[in-house]
Amino acid sequence: MTLRLATDRPLLIPYVTGGLTPDWTGYLLAYQDAGADAIEVGLPFSDPMLDGTTIQQASDRALQRGATPGAILDDLAAMRDRLHVPIIVMTYANLALKLGVARFAAVGVTGLIVPDLPLEESAPLEAETEAAGIDLILLAAPSTPDDRLAEICRRSRGFVYAVSVMGVTGERTTLAPAAFSLARRLKDELQARLPVLIGFGVSTPEQAAAGGRAGDGVVVASALMRRVLDGANPSDVRLDVVALRAALDGGESAAQPYAEISGDRR
Amino acid sequence: MTVSAAPRSGVMREPADGGRFGEFGGRFVPESLVPACAELEEAFRDAWSDPAFRQQLDMFRTVYAGRPTALTPAWNLSAELGLTLLLKREDLAHTGSHKINNVLGQALLARRMGKTRLIAETGAGSHGVATATAAALFGLQATVYMGERDMQRQALNVFRMELLGAEVVPVTSGSRTLKDATNEAMRQWVAAVDDSHFCLGSVAGPHPYPWMVREFQRVIGEEARRQVAAELSTGVPDVVVACVGGGSNAAGTFAGFADTAARLIGVEAAGGAALTNGTPGVVHGSRSLVLQDEHGQIAEAHSVAAGLDYPGVGPEHAQLNRSRRATYVTVTDEEVVEAVRRLARTEGIICALESAHAVAWVLRAAGTDELPRGSTVLLTLSGRGDKDVMQLRAGVTA
Repeated sequence: MTLRLATDRPLLIPYVTGGLTPDWTGYLLAYQDAGADAIEVGLPFSDPMLDGTTIQQASDRALQRGATPGAILDDLAAMRDRLHVPIIVMTYANLALKLGVARFAAVGVTGLIVPDLPLEESAPLEAETEAAGIDLILLAAPSTPDDRLAEICRRSRGFVYAVSVMGVTGERTTLAPAAFSLARRLKDELQARLPVLIGFGVSTPEQAAAGGRAGDGVVVASALMRRVLDGANPSDVRLDVVALRAALDGGESAAQPYAEISGDRR
Repeated sequence: MTVSAAPRSGVMREPADGGRFGEFGGRFVPESLVPACAELEEAFRDAWSDPAFRQQLDMFRTVYAGRPTALTPAWNLSAELGLTLLLKREDLAHTGSHKINNVLGQALLARRMGKTRLIAETGAGSHGVATATAAALFGLQATVYMGERDMQRQALNVFRMELLGAEVVPVTSGSRTLKDATNEAMRQWVAAVDDSHFCLGSVAGPHPYPWMVREFQRVIGEEARRQVAAELSTGVPDVVVACVGGGSNAAGTFAGFADTAARLIGVEAAGGAALTNGTPGVVHGSRSLVLQDEHGQIAEAHSVAAGLDYPGVGPEHAQLNRSRRATYVTVTDEEVVEAVRRLARTEGIICALESAHAVAWVLRAAGTDELPRGSTVLLTLSGRGDKDVMQLRAGVTA
């Protein structure tokens, strides 16, 4: 399986912190069942520099439970037959570089997001992931100047992750205006070569719908993890994802079908 | 200070492209922060080659911070140990440590860049106090992030910062110490890059910080080089020694002697020895040696000296260690506490627990093959011990 996000509807990528609860893989099935196009799995890191309170708490709780990157990947491997949607791993450079690309490939991970690995540092991992058939998804931020933005669009695989706000991950009451201008710039640059996914602060179905109209879809993390931290089980959170899905599908979509997506190597 | 004479390449000069010291260094930050790091690099490069900026900094160093700091022969201890031990007295600088050197440079640079606020992390509070001081002087706002546990351990420094007009924000995540305060300062910087400068306190973090902070601390080594030359017939000492947490006072000291035959010795806390016990890793924006578990989770350091309670170390030290230009050793908390007492009794100087690491190594090594009798030693006494006397009185060793 490779990361393939060709679709004619706005994309929905919900997130779960690996190892957060004993039955954390149940959230993967719930997300899939609720209509996720792919699922982002966070490998908890002791020093999550780009994460706000919610993901920090989720990471801390997972680590306190004894979650390790290796055990989380093993859990993913065990789920392989039951998961039909692509799995994208999000983690920090120290863990990603230590684990190595082969380890991700071995358990069927098809995409990788490493938020503290900017263009200046990402070339070696780009080459390794390319060789292993994994898409290294690069991030663009509102502060990214045009020349860098073009370079990010050129080198990113799978999709381009649009960081909606100058800040850390976390729920916000509205989708930042910067999200819309960044999504526009990315779409202009990409000309439908890759989808643009908006993340950071996409919390409600309304925000998801707005993100789906501005870009090609959204990543939703903190809002879901807040629910899990508060005790929501997979079937509870499934309903949240169903609502996000419905809002995205009901919105006017600017998304285009992608004839050919990098990473589709079937 | 000679500006134009400084060569741009060589050991402890400019890092290679991208801020690399061998395989270490770099700029491992979120995309959101890359433009801010690039802007800072350009601004520093521009300021550092501008004689007007250097003159202005020199003026503040002289009339405000009390530089040059003295070089004091440790007469009594030298006689007892059979050495010539010279102390570079950063404890006499304003705010009581070498931290003011870096902060004056960064605050002036922040003002030149049009920033109105300094964001800083602090462990023991020395860097926080220095940042609050410079902010007060230059009319900048200061927000200092400090681990909740450190705020309890160093309550007096919290009060000092507040007295100076800074806002001190407790950090309750992770181990609630310096590494978590650094994470939080970087998170807040992302949201405030337009008007705020991240005033990082050590030779760590993403490029250009390890280079820039070392350059702002280079004054320690350059002054000491001149002062030692006047004191010793050999011109340079046999050994140059300084304590290493993140490594800024050691980097500044070593920079003055990197092109000499002097042996460079960095002394780490046994419970926070990234150079001795760490493995390559990426934390706080650069690749260096880091204390971490087998999975790559960053470990917590433990030292009697809160300023050395840090699981990482500046990337240039990792390279100096790799190239064997510098040697790194460790001392225990017990040796450190004893070193504070010994220096106080023999020389009438109460030094910081951090600085006492360097003293402790000299006490242990004197008369051995590591430091034979008759050796000449320059030791940077990075700070004064006022902040630690309550802790020493309580007999707290960790």
